[in-house]
Amino acid sequence: MPTGPKLDAAAIATNMAEIHPPLSPAAAVVAAHRCLFCFDAPCIRACPTGIDIPSFIRKITTDNLAGAGRTILSANILGASCARVCPTAVLCEGACVLHSRGESPVEIGRLQRHATDYVFERQLQVLPSAATATGFRVAVLGGGPAGLGCAAELAQLGHGVTVFEKRPHAGGLNTHGIAYYKMKPDVSLAEVEMVAGLGVEFRRGVEVGRDIPMANLERDFAALFLGFGLGGGRRLGIPGENLPGVVEAVDWIEQLHTRPLDTVAVGESVAVIGGGNTALDAVNQARRLGARQVVVIYRRGVDDLPAYDFERQLALQGGAEFLFYTTPVAILADAAGAVSGIRLAATRALRTGDPELDRNTAQVMAVDMVIKAVGQEKPGAILRQLLPDLALNPDGTVRHDATTGQTNLPRVFTGGDCANGGREVVNAVAEGKRAARSIHALLTGKAVTGPVQSSRAGVTGNPWGAGFDQPIRVAPVARKHSSKEDAHGGPVR
Amino acid sequence: MADLSVNFAGIRSPNPFWVASGPPANTAYQAHRAFAAGWGGVVWKTIGDPIVNVSSRYSALNITGARMLGFNNIELISDRSVETNFREIAEVKKRWPNHAVIASLMVETRAQWHEFVRRATDAGADGVELNFGCPHGMCERGMGSAVGQQPAVTEKIVSWAREVATIPIIVKLTPNITDITSAARAARAGGADAISLINTLSSITQVDLDTLVPEPNVGGASSHGGYCGPAVKPIALNMVQACAADPTVGLPISGIGGIGTWRDAAEFLALGATSVQVCTAIMHHGFRIVEDMLEGLQAYLDSKGMTRVGDLTGRAVPTVRKWETLNLNYRRVARIDYDRCIGCNLCHIACEDGAHQCIDLVAPEGRGTGPGRLPGKPIPQVREADCVGCNLCSLVCPVEDCITMITQDPGVPEMSWTDYQEKLARGEMPPIPPHP
Repeated sequence: MPTGPKLDAAAIATNMAEIHPPLSPAAAVVAAHRCLFCFDAPCIRACPTGIDIPSFIRKITTDNLAGAGRTILSANILGASCARVCPTAVLCEGACVLHSRGESPVEIGRLQRHATDYVFERQLQVLPSAATATGFRVAVLGGGPAGLGCAAELAQLGHGVTVFEKRPHAGGLNTHGIAYYKMKPDVSLAEVEMVAGLGVEFRRGVEVGRDIPMANLERDFAALFLGFGLGGGRRLGIPGENLPGVVEAVDWIEQLHTRPLDTVAVGESVAVIGGGNTALDAVNQARRLGARQVVVIYRRGVDDLPAYDFERQLALQGGAEFLFYTTPVAILADAAGAVSGIRLAATRALRTGDPELDRNTAQVMAVDMVIKAVGQEKPGAILRQLLPDLALNPDGTVRHDATTGQTNLPRVFTGGDCANGGREVVNAVAEGKRAARSIHALLTGKAVTGPVQSSRAGVTGNPWGAGFDQPIRVAPVARKHSSKEDAHGGPVR
Repeated sequence: MADLSVNFAGIRSPNPFWVASGPPANTAYQAHRAFAAGWGGVVWKTIGDPIVNVSSRYSALNITGARMLGFNNIELISDRSVETNFREIAEVKKRWPNHAVIASLMVETRAQWHEFVRRATDAGADGVELNFGCPHGMCERGMGSAVGQQPAVTEKIVSWAREVATIPIIVKLTPNITDITSAARAARAGGADAISLINTLSSITQVDLDTLVPEPNVGGASSHGGYCGPAVKPIALNMVQACAADPTVGLPISGIGGIGTWRDAAEFLALGATSVQVCTAIMHHGFRIVEDMLEGLQAYLDSKGMTRVGDLTGRAVPTVRKWETLNLNYRRVARIDYDRCIGCNLCHIACEDGAHQCIDLVAPEGRGTGPGRLPGKPIPQVREADCVGCNLCSLVCPVEDCITMITQDPGVPEMSWTDYQEKLARGEMPPIPPHP
């Protein structure tokens, strides 16, 4: 069967059902009562945005769901989508003290969803109205999680904010790039509407540099925030890469979010190149769209997979296969020019950890679709055009101060994937929010500090307390390799 | 194996666990099920002139997901006919001759008391329990707690029952009274053989915040109900001990109030009860709970080298003393086991905001690494010099045996408040300075 839609809409809807469905109100109360209401709670510290998790959970127990939503959204404007897409096992839930009693952690993600669903379903205005207008205007380039985090915080601090988004819809990867069974785009779009409701102006379909000169922005706005994420997928650099039937994972996943699912083409046998979370999102969605066989091609071993273990487990449950220590050397076509197979070679893991291609082991696997997920291009090229004086890191990300988000250009700040190289939604929101506070400090001379649980200073005199300003990391989401390229399993040349 | 059988004021029972007078003791069917499950006795649902009940009747206090920690009812005495009740008592007694069946009674006049005591006796009941405790409905008609709250009336009515009774008389006391022992003494003065306590407490469990009518809601209105269940156990223990410790009461006690497990029962026994009665826990979980109660009490008695239930009865009574006799020089402090601490810091905030500000949050280095504790995250540390030994931190700590109260040797002899006052009067010591 040629590559194309495989299942009807009803079957796909069943397959794409949320893997973490909402809690019933009764179940939410039971789940919430498990929270010990820790003081200086580790879950707060494990949340990049510093949500006061014990407080919102306590509010759920008393049916104060609007208050719970306020606690969440005042710390993390994208609290509804983070409730669905955060890797909670390595963030808040990973830090839950109940682990230490031999119990499963409090279901923080699902409880957060319970509270935010309540707010969004009723379209409640839970955030306080904006501070007195400061008269400053700030341009946010990119309407993804970082840009939204920055814009929402700036608007609440009283600044005029304009978000420039090149796509017809804002939300970035939250709208276009989340695995469909984790979150549907309407959640992200509702969040964008909430940010707009804070007074943020959205100019959608406007690409800075193409539709509006950068100089205009520098002239018209007191500060700029760069939050436009990463570029297109990185190329494999092997023969056959341009064949129809070879797609970029992020482009293909975007199709799922912009077209009816039963019109999205998928192969009968699909090879997914790469071992990151995006690769596994592609794997799981390909299976759910009806691919009979999905094989992950990864050039290192199972212990090296950069994807979270729970993503790998999900892929295995979905029937995916993994080929480790394997790399593609060519994509083959049939007489009609369609993908017919992929030539693979074994790699050898050396002591340095760098795979080495063993060209004597080449074999051909019959596939009719190849999904590339070996990382995205860094935004260096476009940045050099837009802001020639902007300092970049060697890998093409924007050089910036980690605590303020400020670049080498004093009025230009950054956050999200274009600055951090590609991390979680919640990191992007946190970086946007942090940059917004820095922008506020720059423009008004007034510092903003997050709400921190108050505690009398200990004997050492240090004011302890969990919160946005005192983040810690629980289980490191650290890259297992020194370079990002390696981690994403790009081809060996 | 310890002998679980008891002789309660002449009433013999294979074990001390009785079904209390209430909805679970309403019919012969239930009594059969109770005895088949292992209960030693049944105190029949109170028999009196026929009444009519309302709908609804119960409400509950649920706390942090735990249901029916407190329970409230506005149900009256038996709504079945007097004839049916006594006939069924006779049937049950015939089938379970070695089990205790006690008829709970509540009527008004001397003639009625005479009649009902006689009929209970004729039915084969092992004893009668005079219900002077019900705090709702019946008291409005001059019965139940209206009797129990007036010692003179209690004594008078008990004496009426005594005039004709040939079987033991138990008087069930209401806790809705300032001094429970005055009621107990009145029961004794009237000729009671034993007392049972506590009956339910006057209560309103909750208000429905939408209708603004308390529960249970009877067509838009509620009424003061009788409160029971686990939440009332401390009140019941207090009153049982007070009666057991008072030599002027001097009657066997059947303990009632929040008992749901053998551990609860053992505490009542230790504070002076000879038998115990259970109602709410049966309403919650059924008669089957008695299996664990029997096994648990047996094992406990065996583990303590006690050969019969009576060996436990009253053992803890003398340890409850007047405050003024307690040792002011006894000292204990909280100690945190850092190998168990999970870093929730509940002890810190409880002490900080709710007690004596002597648990600091400090850098974790050098204090062990409990399970799951995060690197660099502050952990609690007790300033022992300032700890008053109040127990609060150990009570809020969610980890078993993580915070223990360590007894410290004060290096000085025992001294009670009374001793202290005497020493002050004799000029033997200066006043203890006030806490800073």
